[in-house]
Amino acid sequence: MDYSFLIPMMVLVPLLGGIGLAILPRSKGDDKAAVQALALIYTLVAFALSLALAAQFNWAHPEEVQFRRHAPWVPDFGLGFGFGVDSVSLWLVLLTTFLMPLVVLGSFSAVQDRYKEFYLWLLLLEAAMIGTFIATDLVFFYVCFEFTLVPLYFLIGIFGSTQRLRAARVFFLYTFTGSMLTLAGVLYVAWHNARITGQWSFWIPQLYATARSMSSHQQTLVLLALLAGFAVKVPLFPLHTWLPLAHTEAPTAGSVILAGVLLKLGTYGLLRFALPMTPHATARFAPLIATLAVVGILYAALICWVQRDIKKLIAYSSVSHLGFCVLGMFALNTVGVGGSVLYMINHGLSTGALFLCVGMIYERFHTREMSQLSGLARTMPVWASFMVFFCLASVGLPGLNGFVGELLTLLGAFTATDLLGPRFAVAAGLGMIFGAIYILYMVGKVVFGPTKSSATHPQGQHHPIADLNWREITVLAPLAVACLALGLFPSPVLQTLEAPIESLTAPARRALQSHAASTPDPTLHHAALITIDPDPLRPTKADPVNLTTAPLAVSPGPTP
Amino acid sequence: MTTVTDKIATLWPEIALLTGAGACLMLGLSRSLSWRRAAGPVAALSIVAAVALLFTQGAISESGHARAAGPLLAQLGLVGFARLAILLLGFLLTLVAGQLPSRLDPTADPHSPSTPGAPAPVARSMRGELFAFLLFSLTGAMLCAGADDLVWLFMALELTSLPTYVLVASARDHHEAHEAGVKYFFLGAMAAAVFLYGFTLIYGATGTTDFESIRAYLTHQLRPPHHELPPLLTAGILLAVIGLAFKIAAVPMHFYVADVYQGAAAPVAAFLAFVPKTAGFVALVNLTALAGPVHSRPASLTWTLWTMAALTMTTGNVLGLLQDNVKRVLAYSSIAHSGYMLLGLISPPTATPPLADQPLGNGIGALMFYLLAYGLATLGAFATLACLETRGQEAQTYDDIAGLGRRHPALGAILTVCVLSLIGLPPLVGFLGKLYLFGSAIQHGYLWLVVIAVINSAISAVYYLYIVGACYFAEPNEHLQPAPTALTTRIGAAVAAVGAVALGIAGGRVVDLTHHTTAYPMHAQMPDDRLNAMTQIESIEPPTPPQHLHLSSTQNRRP
Repeated sequence: MDYSFLIPMMVLVPLLGGIGLAILPRSKGDDKAAVQALALIYTLVAFALSLALAAQFNWAHPEEVQFRRHAPWVPDFGLGFGFGVDSVSLWLVLLTTFLMPLVVLGSFSAVQDRYKEFYLWLLLLEAAMIGTFIATDLVFFYVCFEFTLVPLYFLIGIFGSTQRLRAARVFFLYTFTGSMLTLAGVLYVAWHNARITGQWSFWIPQLYATARSMSSHQQTLVLLALLAGFAVKVPLFPLHTWLPLAHTEAPTAGSVILAGVLLKLGTYGLLRFALPMTPHATARFAPLIATLAVVGILYAALICWVQRDIKKLIAYSSVSHLGFCVLGMFALNTVGVGGSVLYMINHGLSTGALFLCVGMIYERFHTREMSQLSGLARTMPVWASFMVFFCLASVGLPGLNGFVGELLTLLGAFTATDLLGPRFAVAAGLGMIFGAIYILYMVGKVVFGPTKSSATHPQGQHHPIADLNWREITVLAPLAVACLALGLFPSPVLQTLEAPIESLTAPARRALQSHAASTPDPTLHHAALITIDPDPLRPTKADPVNLTTAPLAVSPGPTP
Repeated sequence: MTTVTDKIATLWPEIALLTGAGACLMLGLSRSLSWRRAAGPVAALSIVAAVALLFTQGAISESGHARAAGPLLAQLGLVGFARLAILLLGFLLTLVAGQLPSRLDPTADPHSPSTPGAPAPVARSMRGELFAFLLFSLTGAMLCAGADDLVWLFMALELTSLPTYVLVASARDHHEAHEAGVKYFFLGAMAAAVFLYGFTLIYGATGTTDFESIRAYLTHQLRPPHHELPPLLTAGILLAVIGLAFKIAAVPMHFYVADVYQGAAAPVAAFLAFVPKTAGFVALVNLTALAGPVHSRPASLTWTLWTMAALTMTTGNVLGLLQDNVKRVLAYSSIAHSGYMLLGLISPPTATPPLADQPLGNGIGALMFYLLAYGLATLGAFATLACLETRGQEAQTYDDIAGLGRRHPALGAILTVCVLSLIGLPPLVGFLGKLYLFGSAIQHGYLWLVVIAVINSAISAVYYLYIVGACYFAEPNEHLQPAPTALTTRIGAAVAAVGAVALGIAGGRVVDLTHHTTAYPMHAQMPDDRLNAMTQIESIEPPTPPQHLHLSSTQNRRP
């Protein structure tokens, strides 16, 4: 039986469900419970669909894009809704669909007003995120990638805290600017492809082949364009400034999704597009990008150290952690990149859980200041145990999930002696130590410090603070189980990741070897063999910008 | 040479509109209120009739041409497509203008003491003649599309513009409207003088005003050793382009836009944003096509258009940032979008391989598609404003529309969809439009212009987001309430928003249509063999540029 219908279902259920919620007639009574229940059901259905997909996935060939289908969109442009999953996509889809029901469940008490809009945007966001991971058509990917901005913009702008307007705008503009440049880069590659094949296409494998045949200089341009979009999203130092603001101002649900999935869109984009499309430029710029990653790790960790706001601290720790992700990825070896992908999943789980924990505190105390929160272990023991657990997972305690990914990314950087080498690993390892310091410092203060009266009776409330209720425990427990499971048994995941990563990084590694041997790369030979008709449409004399002249354009015209 | 009767035979849709306009004029000035009220429906009906005539005519007159047999729509050609787009959007605009005339006091006297602030007695007043001006202007725009002669083109452009001066000044009882009308009129007259001067130079250079004859003359002239255009002709085309920049609201003729849009009633502003712009762009396509196929155009023309595009979009977007009035923002966005559309104008399709039949590369098709996309989104945005008022005045500023999304969810959603489409956010139609335009420009090698355009899109997102932010994030404005506009205005707005979504998701057919109707330069009646002859002549020429040699060789290889 053909199970490929599961993929569009996964996108359509939240999409149509969300729209259905929004246009639900305004009932006289209180329909909040119904809306919440519906939202939860839609996300659970999406999760069930993704589990079914995973069950049907042929794990023997994880590098193959399976369940491939294609629906035309604008055939004239070669645009289509092409989709399919390999194991990297599938794991990230699972992460998304796993987090969403928890996020919805976690927002039941936080969102009291304009809840219809809230769940509409959450569900649209889920549809867009899944769409991003399943797309095999570059413009379809781009559409979903870009569309994730709108729901989050509204989530931050409507449901955020005091500085939400600014945060929403900064978030949107930062990422939109970056991704517009990415679009220009994509068009540039597609244009090359059209010149070679005579046909516009945005099918990803087709564009891989084209982009690899471009000259090193052109690849650099493409890499820069891709980085403009993806490095902002990751965020890579020094483009990270939007993130702490957005994270801090966003409602809990927004922060969880932002940290859990949206940041991964950036690293996923780098892995899926930058590495395979621009191997030469990647090999050349990997040390530079890795340097930025390491600087980001250390810089953000130092900033974390001085934070007084718990949420801001976790937000900056995201910047630091994603630095490991990028570092591992640009080690360009299977260990590093595998660790990096695993790190994406782990970070999504543990940081998402931390944001949920902080959100629960904020609902009770209406503050996130560390100075006002202290000794919560005594008043809220259940919460405190979860908090400590997730903090340890985030720090990278062996046995929990954070450890494996961190270790592998560092190992990858360490062993990539031709590219990064021990220097990078040691510097980044320092970041790990900082990470332990700031997280434990925060835990020590908030969870174990002396009990303050403000912690038991905030803002003149007379009844004591209640510990987590069953709903909140239901939200956090699956995350804890997942963290533990991935920490103890990472190898099944890693094994399934190996093959696709091998094929995604192979061109870059080959480029690296050819650079090292300083012999021209076989793919470059290939490029020279492709004869491209010089574009006769372009007026050479009249054209004021002549920078686009393709150096590899070899005219097959008659030789004098 | 075509006889007058031949020409008239192609003009039935325009004649239908003119008849409708005449009827509206009579009805609108009638003494009986019910007669005056009939003006709006009559206008709408005459547009429907014109669409029907356009289709029958498209089937009859174009079937003789060599264009590949396709669906009826594809046989329309660029002229037909432009006329159809003008009519469809014109119908929506008529809907949006709906009961606009009924909000005006028929005896309005700006100096009378009784009027200020007090809303006009709605039920008793009706200025049906406004619809006549609407139809006149639409007729002019359609004639522009079909123009094959400089004099005709000039007349058509003026027929488009003159009624809009009246519309601006009289469709709103506010001193701003009168001021706007006067500004628009004088600057419009100046621009008309500029492009008329350009037209005379073209006439001076070629000795004829007929496009067909001009092309024939040029084909004759362009034999070696003169394969440059006569300088006088180039100067004429350049002047005409600069004059026409007024119609499309492009730099250097963009100064009026913000004041006029702000002063005009919102439905009229929507009209200004689409109809004159379409007329101007179609005229520009016509005129630049006179300069020959794209690779033999004079560098000065390409340069001018390149610079105009870059300056127009940058000016529009940067000045748009500074506004706090939504109508002015939309005015600057109108300028900026003209800048994007100029990208299409400098990347016209050519019949030369290797990408002869690729839609991404057909800038004129992209331009037409974008006009549609832009027209829909802007119309929806202005129509939303027309549905709102604060303290008896049109809602205009960010503060005025604060909290729109909460108080009037439907209107808020419409405005948001339209604005997001203007940003170019997928999957709305604005995204497809931008992809089409930018892709075509990249295809023609204008990579850096596309980078400028992309950066500009990012800048534009700032002010568009202010609008969305005001709708959803700000504290609701207590005084914001629905204006007593007709249901038709809301329907027009809703149709525009739905269209922006639908065309984005299922726009494949329309893209196909724009591509096939514009696959060859305007007046594709310019036969392919002559075009080939021109390129052949160039390729035989002694100091052969290698690309032309190559070009002919690939042509020969073509099966």
